[in-house]
Amino acid sequence: MYKYDNYDQAMVDARVAEFRDQINRRIAGEITEDQFKPLRLMNGLYLQLHAYMLRVAIPYGTLDSRQMRMLAHIARKYDRDYGHFTTRQNIQYNWIKLEDCADILEELATVEMHAIQTSGNCIRNISSDQYAGAAADEVTDPRPWAELLRQWSTFHPEFSYLPRKFKIAVIASPEDRAAMRLHDIGLELVRQDGELGARVFVGGGMGRTPMIAPEINPFVKADDLLSYLEACLRVYNRYGRRDNMYKARIKILIHEIGADAYRRQVAEEFAHVKTLGIDPPLAELERISAFFAPPAYDAANIEPDRNDPDFAVWLDQNVKPHKQAGYAIVNISLKPIGGIPGDATSKQIDIMADLAEKYSFDELRVTHAQNVVLPYVAKRDLYAVWQTLRDAELADANLDLISDIIACPGLDYCSLANARSIPVAQKIATRFADMDRQRDLGELKLKISGCINACGHHHAGHIGILGVDKKGVENYQLTFGGSGAEDVSIGKIIGPGFDEDGVVDAVEKATEVYKALREGDERFVDTYRRVGLEPFKEAIYG
Amino acid sequence: MVEFRYRTDEVTEQPSVTLDAFLDQSNATAVRLEPDDDARALIPFLDRLTLIEVAFPKFRDGRGYSAARILREAGYQGELRAQGDVLVDQIAYMRRCGFDSFAPEASLNPDAVARALAHYDHAYQGAADSVVPIWKLRHG
Repeated sequence: MYKYDNYDQAMVDARVAEFRDQINRRIAGEITEDQFKPLRLMNGLYLQLHAYMLRVAIPYGTLDSRQMRMLAHIARKYDRDYGHFTTRQNIQYNWIKLEDCADILEELATVEMHAIQTSGNCIRNISSDQYAGAAADEVTDPRPWAELLRQWSTFHPEFSYLPRKFKIAVIASPEDRAAMRLHDIGLELVRQDGELGARVFVGGGMGRTPMIAPEINPFVKADDLLSYLEACLRVYNRYGRRDNMYKARIKILIHEIGADAYRRQVAEEFAHVKTLGIDPPLAELERISAFFAPPAYDAANIEPDRNDPDFAVWLDQNVKPHKQAGYAIVNISLKPIGGIPGDATSKQIDIMADLAEKYSFDELRVTHAQNVVLPYVAKRDLYAVWQTLRDAELADANLDLISDIIACPGLDYCSLANARSIPVAQKIATRFADMDRQRDLGELKLKISGCINACGHHHAGHIGILGVDKKGVENYQLTFGGSGAEDVSIGKIIGPGFDEDGVVDAVEKATEVYKALREGDERFVDTYRRVGLEPFKEAIYG
Repeated sequence: MVEFRYRTDEVTEQPSVTLDAFLDQSNATAVRLEPDDDARALIPFLDRLTLIEVAFPKFRDGRGYSAARILREAGYQGELRAQGDVLVDQIAYMRRCGFDSFAPEASLNPDAVARALAHYDHAYQGAADSVVPIWKLRHG
């Protein structure tokens, strides 16, 4: 894992002092709320329905047990004893007091953490593959590249008042576990003639106008990457729309001028930017990469005993193959039946930290699906890990099943929401609580957003649910056929919306149609893509 | 009114003209860029300009940051002024992008500006100022 040097530490320490000064000026009335807003937002502080919400960055979703324990400590000391893991691999606290914020940031800085650029119209936290460093299919570990981008984008003087927020994801596997092409910039690291570089996709996103990012450059060399990204961002900063905040994301610019015109403009800008000497030498990427060297694996390869049936079910569903023989990737579900997707109590956060320290070379990952990963667990320890998780109510064996729901906070917390998301997620999970039934349905990614901003990724759900306000009543639209993976696609609305119970019934009917029509080992989304909407529509509306 | 100026030469007395007026064969040595204007249109004339004023009608509109960098990257040495809705917490980034004078619409507290400029000893990335990026300090 990356460790701060004195420069990195000085940056976060200075940020704490700066933000304390900004808060003091706000409390003293020297700056207005309108002027304070972009400042606090650039530090992840939102004013929500009931309180301030603070979003803490977990760069590329990677953290160690000391950092995880700090997250638990903050939940305990400054919030209501829980935190909410988000779709951008961050954590947010829902009940924060403005006057506590600087102290929280100061505590975070002691463990090399911060809330820098977790909001605002700037380059946000860089996201990545939660299996980085452990996945058998990766060409390299994407995290050193993500760290390089974290540093480059931190306090970027030119790109902190962009037309709109800007999200970058980095992956290095053909299997996309990070919804890479639904980001403003998606980077897929690839090898060309023995050299590593990035395939660059620009202009994806969800929100009210979902778009899949087109490829803008098939290969950018490592030591050209920052210049290339500066060129991408500069074209956007100059020509992105600023007349309408709903059309201000880079996807709209690229949609309006076309990928070819954008690519040409970026190429021209890059030819100029490249002469400025802003790319660090490869030695800097190598310096960072050294922190991500593989852990000291044990050569023993001891398969776990599958005699305990509950353990065996969890093993089959939540544990994934590792690139190192004798090791496995453990997914910890934060989706208990009837619970709030992504929430964890401080006690649970501490337990996950303990497990990481004892069994996973002190590392944890947060996933965009709002779960937690122990990336390096020896197979012989899996049973012990599972027992601890089970006792902490963290052993739900539902990874990628219908109850592994992504949901935004919705109208229960969010000032933008039109409808509640959490109760719908809870009702669906409860309806499908029977694990045999869930497993029979197989991989089925269900995602719920409480408004058109799509924080719950509904466009990318095999089944997506969008909450809208229909004349003062919460109404839920269904979409089918989306995906945030390498088979990326945007879901389509199937017809008129439903009330809260109606949408749960409609989901259930859709699963019955799937069961009746599926062939071989087709997933729900495969069957839907093959047979089309009609049979589903007939069952749901007929 | 210029409240903060980080250069030692004389303040130019000439009022600035619009980009269109300037390109229309003006002999002016001071020009004002609106957010929509293309800063690159000035590149052929940088030698005879002593002041380029970049307008920030709204602090949220960040196009002027790119305009400033483009002008400095093209070798402009004259005064580069940020005018308009310029706030305390933007001045450090504006300095990094090449602005060296500031005419905020609403007067700023000089102590707060001095503090805002002094928070950070280093920067991660190269920009239009003389700050050596951290990666370069690491690798000598």
